[in-house]
Amino acid sequence: MFYFIYKRLIQSVFVMLAVAFLAFSLFRFVGDPITQMTGVETSVVDQERLREELGLNDPFISQFGRFTVDMLQGDFGYSFRTRQPVAEMIASRIPATLELGVVALLISLVVGIPAGVYTALRPRGVITQTILITTLIGISIPTFVIGIMLIFLFGVQLGWLPTFGRGETVNIGFWESSFFSIDGWRALILPAVTLGVYQLTLTMRLVRAQMMDVMRSDYIRFATARGVPMRQLYFRHALANTMVPVITIIGLQFGGVIAFSIVTESVFQWPGMGLLFLESIRFVDIPVMGVYLVVIAFFFVVVNLLVDLLYVAIDPRLRV
Amino acid sequence: MLTVENLTVRFPTRFGDTTAIENININVQAGEIHGLVGESGAGKSTVGAAVIGLLQTPGYIAEGSIMLGDTDLRALGVNQAHALRGKRISMIFQDPQTSLNPLMTVEDQLVETILAHEKMSADEARTRAIDLLEEIGIKNAAERIKSWPHQFSGGMRQRVVIALALCTNPELIIADEPTTALDVAVQSQVLDLIRSLADKRKIGFILITHDIGVIAQIADRVTVMRNGHVVESGETAQVLGRPKHAYTRALMSAVPPMDHKIDRFSVPTTEGIEGTSVSTGDLAEQWLLEEKGLSEGEQKELSIGLSIEALDVRFSGTRKSLWRKPEDFIALDKISFNVKPGSIMGLVGESGSGKSTVAKTITGLITPNSGTMMLGNEVLPAGKSRSRKHPSRRIIQMVFQDPYSSLNSRHKIGSILTEPLWFYGLEKDPAKRQELAASMLALVGMAPDAIDKYPHQFSGGQRQRIAVARALLARPRFLICDEPTSALDVSIQAEILNLLKDLQSKFGLTILFISHNLSVVRQMADDMVVLRNGVIEEAGKTEDLFERPQAEYTKKLLSLTPVMPKDWA
Repeated sequence: MFYFIYKRLIQSVFVMLAVAFLAFSLFRFVGDPITQMTGVETSVVDQERLREELGLNDPFISQFGRFTVDMLQGDFGYSFRTRQPVAEMIASRIPATLELGVVALLISLVVGIPAGVYTALRPRGVITQTILITTLIGISIPTFVIGIMLIFLFGVQLGWLPTFGRGETVNIGFWESSFFSIDGWRALILPAVTLGVYQLTLTMRLVRAQMMDVMRSDYIRFATARGVPMRQLYFRHALANTMVPVITIIGLQFGGVIAFSIVTESVFQWPGMGLLFLESIRFVDIPVMGVYLVVIAFFFVVVNLLVDLLYVAIDPRLRV
Repeated sequence: MLTVENLTVRFPTRFGDTTAIENININVQAGEIHGLVGESGAGKSTVGAAVIGLLQTPGYIAEGSIMLGDTDLRALGVNQAHALRGKRISMIFQDPQTSLNPLMTVEDQLVETILAHEKMSADEARTRAIDLLEEIGIKNAAERIKSWPHQFSGGMRQRVVIALALCTNPELIIADEPTTALDVAVQSQVLDLIRSLADKRKIGFILITHDIGVIAQIADRVTVMRNGHVVESGETAQVLGRPKHAYTRALMSAVPPMDHKIDRFSVPTTEGIEGTSVSTGDLAEQWLLEEKGLSEGEQKELSIGLSIEALDVRFSGTRKSLWRKPEDFIALDKISFNVKPGSIMGLVGESGSGKSTVAKTITGLITPNSGTMMLGNEVLPAGKSRSRKHPSRRIIQMVFQDPYSSLNSRHKIGSILTEPLWFYGLEKDPAKRQELAASMLALVGMAPDAIDKYPHQFSGGQRQRIAVARALLARPRFLICDEPTSALDVSIQAEILNLLKDLQSKFGLTILFISHNLSVVRQMADDMVVLRNGVIEEAGKTEDLFERPQAEYTKKLLSLTPVMPKDWA
């Protein structure tokens, strides 16, 4: 078990190194950093001097080494666009994206799992068919269309909910949270629903497929033959077994939600990392883009590690 | 106690209802073990499912009555029926590996079941569960009850399953092939347990099985079923000792006897498995013999033997600590044996003994840690060092246990059969290949029109014939059969074994015959090796081993295999 975690940690280190390498190549080779930093009027001699000072003439390996060491020390460099440290810029945006992602995930789980169980247990019911068809429509519409439709309906027509921004936020240390005010929650609903819909459909269909599979298994038939009450049969025996594969996908999805909240954030002008990334692309702010890549990869790695630990918690067969 | 009268179960299909079982009458008394025997598709399990009310949808009971004591089971509502399951009728399934919830401890599953039916506290339920486990033969039950299912061995797991079925003191237990997935030693323990439960607790059992030996050993009464109908029913000694119906007789004579050797297995003639006008397999026979243009007798000279010297196979174990190297699991511990050219060598052992590892090592699927293998006079390169083009890849062919998964379901039989011909470059002309494949089908006793069909269109026995045909089309000299008949019914087993015997004597094949079924090995093998935990316990001539077993383990295996009393067979 410890060996298992240890192995996973080693793997994670390699993943992070690979991503750091990508980010570094982006930084170093997409365009010339010197021309990006200096104006037109800087002389060639000055440019060369700057190049030497910044160590851009050093061998590739030592540059990459320096980059990695700086990263590990929390020094992510400076943005071309705002001249601020990238670390600060990203850190100030992380809470918004994480809160959005977590709420979207919760919505997809709280609705998706029960819906999946229901549709698996009553495969021919009218409600099941309705749910399946509705979610199929939901999954085939692009996220930004859903977002715009929601804005139009609840923001413009009904005027119930704000259509952009985070609303009122409360600062807890460095963490800027919208969980502690009604206004914040109101602002969170539409983007979270938009982001969660796709996940919800996926979770539901996955739970449904797994559950139907599990319900056909021998141990469920045996439990039925022993007269175990139906409620326990469904929720204690079947659901736990359903969740083992479902958790993997949910974990991967959560990484995806964080990474690809770009569209949702831009539709709702949500001041998160995705929006920052979009702005950076527009201004070819390569340091920010590189660091964004590394941070997202870090999220993926951490979430996957958590998923592995959850596996062990759920399935006793993995505890050696 | 249980009275089933005129039970008919139908399954609606697009083309009208099909009848699964019809007019079944069964009576089970308290404390009686009622055997339900028949081949696959006979409807045995459907009877059990109908009684406990768990028919696979959309099946339904069309007619008849099922009475448990004074309760009419058909009149119960959904909730009443569910409350009765476990309380008065319970069930034991075939495979203990899959019939326990892997994510719940044994304790949770037992306590939950008891609480579902009895008004008592969780502590009382736990006490009862522990007592029950002790009674059923699980030592140190108070500790073991906290374990997860995967921490029990197969036999222990089946005991847990039985405990679960018993924990609410039901009147009737339906045991659906309760020992089929178990080794003989474990099987006999489980059967003893069932017998003693019937005697002590006066529980009625319906014992569903295809193994007549099991029925002969413990059933009081027996019902023989075929194609959804009862063929014969009555006291076990009477039905099996003096069978009235031809099918019962045929079924019994198809069971290979363990106490003596017979020349051929008798095949139930009522079974119309072979095509009506089977064309001759002359072409294929000629082709198999024509290698180097030799006659039948000379062909035998070409037979090739295999000798294995100090073969050692280890698998790395699971790592328990960061610092210590995991301990190796020893699959085969320096085993040596010799297969004489043109003979059949039986390889016997319980599951986990390393039988299949031997086969995989010989075919080069596993790389051994040390040891040499000689095929004829040449050294057989081990595992990965054996090149793709090495001649032994053609000379050694294999027939696998499960004919359902060993044939590619997306290929037609024709392309499955012709593959070895072009792959090994044996026949260049495509038309000739087809002709040869068709003829080979005839040789193994199948109609040649099978060539345009897909594997799923055939029964298990037919598929196994196809698998044999495929192996033969590589013109092998050495055939490895890994449990070739254990997935098949006795009558079909008899056919396949006859086929293998014929082919062996005609073409001088050398066969390594792997099986856990001792009676089959006695009929097939000239020599045999008894394997246990990767070590050879005993080796020698088959007849000697059966008549005068030396090793304790062999004696134990022989004594535990359920057999029919001599005067019945």
